[in-house]
Amino acid sequence: MQGSTIDPSKTVVNYHHAAAATDSHHEEHHDFRILGLIVFLIAEGMIFMGLFIAYLTFRAVTPNWPPEGTPRLELLLPGINTTILIASSFVIHKADAAVKQNNISGLRTWFIATALMGAVFLGGQLYEYWHLEFGLKTNIFASTFYVLTGFHGLHVTFGLLLILAVLWRSLKPNHYNSEKHFGVEAAEIYWHFVDVVWIILFFLLYIL
Amino acid sequence: MTQAELQATANTPTHSPEPGQRKWWEYFTFNTDHKVIGIQYLVTGFFFYLIGGVLASAMRTELATPAPDFVTPELYNGIMTLHGTIMIFMWIIPAGAGFANFLIPLMIGARDMAFPRLNAVAFWIVPPAGILLLTSFFVKPPEAGWTSYPPLSETASKAGEFIWILSVLLFGTASILGAINFLITILKMRIPSMGFNQMPLFCWAMLATSGLILIGTPVLAGALILLAFDIVAGTAFFNPTGGGDPIVYQHMFWFYSHPAVYIMVLPFFGVASEVIPVHSRKPIFGYRAIAYSSLAISFLGLIVWAHHMFTSGTPAWLRMFFMIATMVIAVPTGIKVFSWLATMWGGKIRLNSTMLFAMGFISTFVVGGLTGVMVASVPFDLHVHDTYFVVAHLHYVLFGGSVFGIYAAIYHWFPKMTGRMLNEPWGIVHFVLTYVGFNLTFLPMHELGLLGMPRRVAMYDPQFAHINLICTIGSYLLAVSTIPFLVNAIWSWVAGPKAGDNPWQALTLEWMTTSPPAIENFEILPVLDIGPYDYGMGDRSTEVDVPFSEAKEPVLSAGPSSVLRADPDPSVAVNPSDRQPEE
Ligand code: HEM
Ligand SMILES: [Cu+2]
Repeated sequence: MQGSTIDPSKTVVNYHHAAAATDSHHEEHHDFRILGLIVFLIAEGMIFMGLFIAYLTFRAVTPNWPPEGTPRLELLLPGINTTILIASSFVIHKADAAVKQNNISGLRTWFIATALMGAVFLGGQLYEYWHLEFGLKTNIFASTFYVLTGFHGLHVTFGLLLILAVLWRSLKPNHYNSEKHFGVEAAEIYWHFVDVVWIILFFLLYIL
Repeated sequence: MTQAELQATANTPTHSPEPGQRKWWEYFTFNTDHKVIGIQYLVTGFFFYLIGGVLASAMRTELATPAPDFVTPELYNGIMTLHGTIMIFMWIIPAGAGFANFLIPLMIGARDMAFPRLNAVAFWIVPPAGILLLTSFFVKPPEAGWTSYPPLSETASKAGEFIWILSVLLFGTASILGAINFLITILKMRIPSMGFNQMPLFCWAMLATSGLILIGTPVLAGALILLAFDIVAGTAFFNPTGGGDPIVYQHMFWFYSHPAVYIMVLPFFGVASEVIPVHSRKPIFGYRAIAYSSLAISFLGLIVWAHHMFTSGTPAWLRMFFMIATMVIAVPTGIKVFSWLATMWGGKIRLNSTMLFAMGFISTFVVGGLTGVMVASVPFDLHVHDTYFVVAHLHYVLFGGSVFGIYAAIYHWFPKMTGRMLNEPWGIVHFVLTYVGFNLTFLPMHELGLLGMPRRVAMYDPQFAHINLICTIGSYLLAVSTIPFLVNAIWSWVAGPKAGDNPWQALTLEWMTTSPPAIENFEILPVLDIGPYDYGMGDRSTEVDVPFSEAKEPVLSAGPSSVLRADPDPSVAVNPSDRQPEE
């Protein structure tokens, strides 16, 4: 603080007792955890951002894109897959709404539905890998394709595990209720993140 | 009451009657206390610094003569790569994280970080990552430098390179987890009376640093993932023969690694802003200018990365943009430097080890900053790129900036961390040896670079032999200079004189508790009524009539709120026992 801005009338008392000081040490602070997750997802998002821009650069500096001889990508299956993933974001939101009304069985139903949709997405992804006519090393397009979708698939898998973990915990009576449901919210936010990343990825790889 | 006595009692309100202290073995465990983690980071970092220093001495021994007679050229490259990587990822950045961990909660009156467990996890990633990196010596260390540019990184010593990638990825994860904690702690856990503009400047610096870590590090991770695929799976992202493009790696790498130089130096800008007012007994000059210039540096730091790529075929118009943007960073940096100088100007400077290192920091950092503006200029850079001029520049910034800053911080906060004072005369010996050794080692390298000696090679033209010998002698002096420090630190930690709570009569909150602080820092949370740098505000306040005890130096000795006043004004005294109840 610069000297001239000090208000001398405020310098009367230096440090005095603050009555309520009750934070406990070893608890992680509930209110900050969602914020922490969001900051973490910003960092996660930057990895994808880096990879996307790398993809666009490869695309820009390669004379023919995709390089000659790359078979055209089938759109039907990935399109269905995309629809399922986007829809699952709405489904998982239902779970959040349910837990806020203390409706734990509703929470479970919607989480199971989301998990199933996620699993179908992953299955579809593997099916697509299986049937594609190019491999990881075919050319630069193929390599970026597999690395981007694979890295995203890892995130979907992780999101699925989060959802299953929340489901498992929801078996304990009153583990989640309308007041206390960090796990549910975290899984939901993460799932939305995975979804948004996929939309960009789908646009870049399949449509652009 | 003498000044010292005054100070000893100034902070009683925040003391615990019997502060719980940590046992020594707790420092070797998974502990969630931010103070333990801070010290763990610092000690681990220093351990790796010694290893990096041994590697540096090996390099300089090799370079003492033009022929590669001490190690093979391949091994030289390996040593050089590990030296750079260890110094950056295992020493400077962890040291910044160590101070941030130790200081942020104390400075903002919090009991711990926002996520203590995450914090411990972040720390415990670092030692395995460092050890992993060192194991690459068993397979043939990576040779492509700390930048790991393809194609060299994809062809030479692949196993070592892969280990390098894993280790840096681990380290980056730790760094990101740490930054999340710093950011949220600073934003959310300040005591209610501390607004942003009452925050110590170190916290501002860490705010800017954390932002850079969160935005930059993930992009490096992306680049390294692609590089790993190239090395392990045989893809060709960065291999032109397979349709890839090595320049993409350079962009991704420097998108992190230019900000990384600010990640490495901003925390120590923060340190300078803390220690200079305390030891000059003057308010900081331009609090807001310093605070906001940290943010400006962060932002500009994100858009200048291609100044490392002027010779990589970057188009001319783009080079122009990056050249100008880079030079603009000199403005916020200059603001800081002038603010520090103005803070010292006319101050009652205590020339102790802390202040000497802080002044050493400014002087060497300014040299590094000036050569930085030089290499930012495209025509000049085309001339000196990849020569020893760059080695000189980067060491003036990283050693002169970061390492001197770290030492200033250690001398300043050692009493708080350990409860004991470091030995002053040996501190000064340490400073003199370091300062002389540093300049002897690196100043001549400017000339070597201008004469055209390339960096990263084990042998050189005999015409450079004399200057190189000087550098090598300087580097031995530098190596020796750590001995007084090590002995001093270990001896003082065990048996140094007790420090008391506030040996420097400082005003920031970390000094308002015991040394070392009790397990939860403050028994009762302090409430802030004065700024962190209100040293000797006496003659500035027109509304309060302050009786000066030392008329000769009214500004320097004491203001109404100064803990230094010999006979404090009872209505405004800092020390509660000198204060009369208002009613
Ligand atoms: C102890 C004194 C030190 C000495 C004598 C020393 C010496 C050297 C030498 C001889 C090189 C190799 C230059 C080349 O062949 O291109 C080098 C590179 C480097 N040093 Fe140091 N150094 C010291 C401390 C530090 C510190 C404290 C840092 C802090 C961050 C640092 C960071 C680096 C980096 C980043 C490189 C570049 C490595 C590369 O090109 O990949 N050094 N140093
Ligand atoms: Cu740079």
